[in-house]
Amino acid sequence: MTSFFQNLGMGYDAAWFTATIAGILLIALPLMLAVAMIIYAERKLWAAFALRRGPNVVGPFGVLQSFADGLKVFLQETIIPSASNRGLFLIAPIITFTVALMAWAVIPFADGVVLSNINVGLLYILAISSLGVYGVVIAGWASNSKYPFYSAMRAAAQMISYEVSIGFILICIVLWAGTFNIGGIIEGQRGHVFGFINAYAFNPLLFPIAVMFLISSMAETARAPFDLTEAESELVAGYQTEYSSMAFALFWLGEYANVLLMCALNAILFWGGYLPPVDWAPLYLVPGIIWFFAKILLMFFIFAWVKATVPRYRYDQLMRLGWKVFLPISLFWVFLVSGYLMFTGHFA
Amino acid sequence: MIQLISFYIFASIVIAAAAMVIFARNPVHSVLWLIVAFFNAAGLMVLIGAEFIAMLLVIVYVGAVAVLFLFVVMMLDIDFAELRAGFVKNVPLGILLAVVLVAELVLGIGAYQAGAVKLGTPGAGEATVSATVPNIEAIGGLLYSKYVFLFETAGLILLVAMVGAIVLTHRRSHGTRGQNISSQVQRRPEDATRNVNQPVGQGIEL
Repeated sequence: MTSFFQNLGMGYDAAWFTATIAGILLIALPLMLAVAMIIYAERKLWAAFALRRGPNVVGPFGVLQSFADGLKVFLQETIIPSASNRGLFLIAPIITFTVALMAWAVIPFADGVVLSNINVGLLYILAISSLGVYGVVIAGWASNSKYPFYSAMRAAAQMISYEVSIGFILICIVLWAGTFNIGGIIEGQRGHVFGFINAYAFNPLLFPIAVMFLISSMAETARAPFDLTEAESELVAGYQTEYSSMAFALFWLGEYANVLLMCALNAILFWGGYLPPVDWAPLYLVPGIIWFFAKILLMFFIFAWVKATVPRYRYDQLMRLGWKVFLPISLFWVFLVSGYLMFTGHFA
Repeated sequence: MIQLISFYIFASIVIAAAAMVIFARNPVHSVLWLIVAFFNAAGLMVLIGAEFIAMLLVIVYVGAVAVLFLFVVMMLDIDFAELRAGFVKNVPLGILLAVVLVAELVLGIGAYQAGAVKLGTPGAGEATVSATVPNIEAIGGLLYSKYVFLFETAGLILLVAMVGAIVLTHRRSHGTRGQNISSQVQRRPEDATRNVNQPVGQGIEL
């Protein structure tokens, strides 16, 4: 895109700057729209799982429900508790929201369509997702209220625990792909299984960690069944208890942007990203972005399915799963995968 | 041009945030300023082309260490008056530390500018890094070939530290009852409940 702006007669610096800003807007604005629609889709899905109708009043089939909710929230009064730490209280939702958008910079939507094609793309995503916890922790502390504080403690412990096993799972993928670049990881999946299936997940050695990554990504985004940070039966609404109007909406948007990001990451790392499922020429006529979105939506369906059917974990069970089950298994899997790759001469 | 502007933005924010770490009255604010400083230092690392180090800085320090800091500091109940009372007493120590640090900085920069210190392999001079090879490959290539013994020593030290921390804190105390997950999962409704058809007026014996 830089060369396009250069052709318009700009210098390189100015063209690069304009292209980057345009790229950011091209990602962020559709993402906001996607979040609004995905909330509607998820409510419809839960309704279907529970044999209800779901939102069906605003617009045809209720598709405009999210926008009506957004408008309502926008017009509400922002209440800041007098005992809260005012500055941090307002910064917390902004951090959550910003961080949720930042990670999309390195996600390739189709072959070569990526805002920033950096060598350490996967590490960048890991780094940014580890920042996400600050929004929650700061919100919990700044509210100066008991339940949000408990929630902040839980969130900090939970996210650190699951990041460890996510790190090991990513190492397995990186070992196999031989690069941290996300485009490179996707290209590494071309014809990976039997020479024609474009997905790491169908590799018998990688399928177990694909499942583990799916579960870990639910824990990382604090989604059901791991939504202990906002367990309504214990903590009212968790860290969001004291929030109202737009501050609350930013948490909401950030959370769903994070969920979409984790779905995208699942699709990229294990299901071939923008590649069609099978390495067969006619399937490449469909643009990569459509395959990518289809995979994201499929993963999101699984997320919604789990949230609608699985009861919430107890906190000690959550910690046990993270530290005593996932950590040893993922560590062993790093050993297994690297041993297999050494044995078969993958690195030679 | 953009690099220059970003450098000045990152550098000034690092310094301002580092100053705020000291000047902030509230320890939680201090930790948050520290996080801002870490994050902008990572930005500086990206500017000099060390993107791997930058990402590690964010993952390790911002993502893990600072969260634990914050975790501890948030739970502390700190008496600010007492904190300020200790200030006068600790001023000499603080000045001494500052003098030592400044001296070390001057020495370090002087030694670097003199070019006398060669941190590298014995005999082979400085470790050279090619500009075309990605950061991670360059670091990995050096770490697992030339410096493999140093690397493994560092790993062993960390392992010993980890084992030590676990030995020191892990005490099996008597009288506490842990969760037995497998027995909880295997428990069926028949084990825990029973259906009775009790005549009206008579209590149930549990």
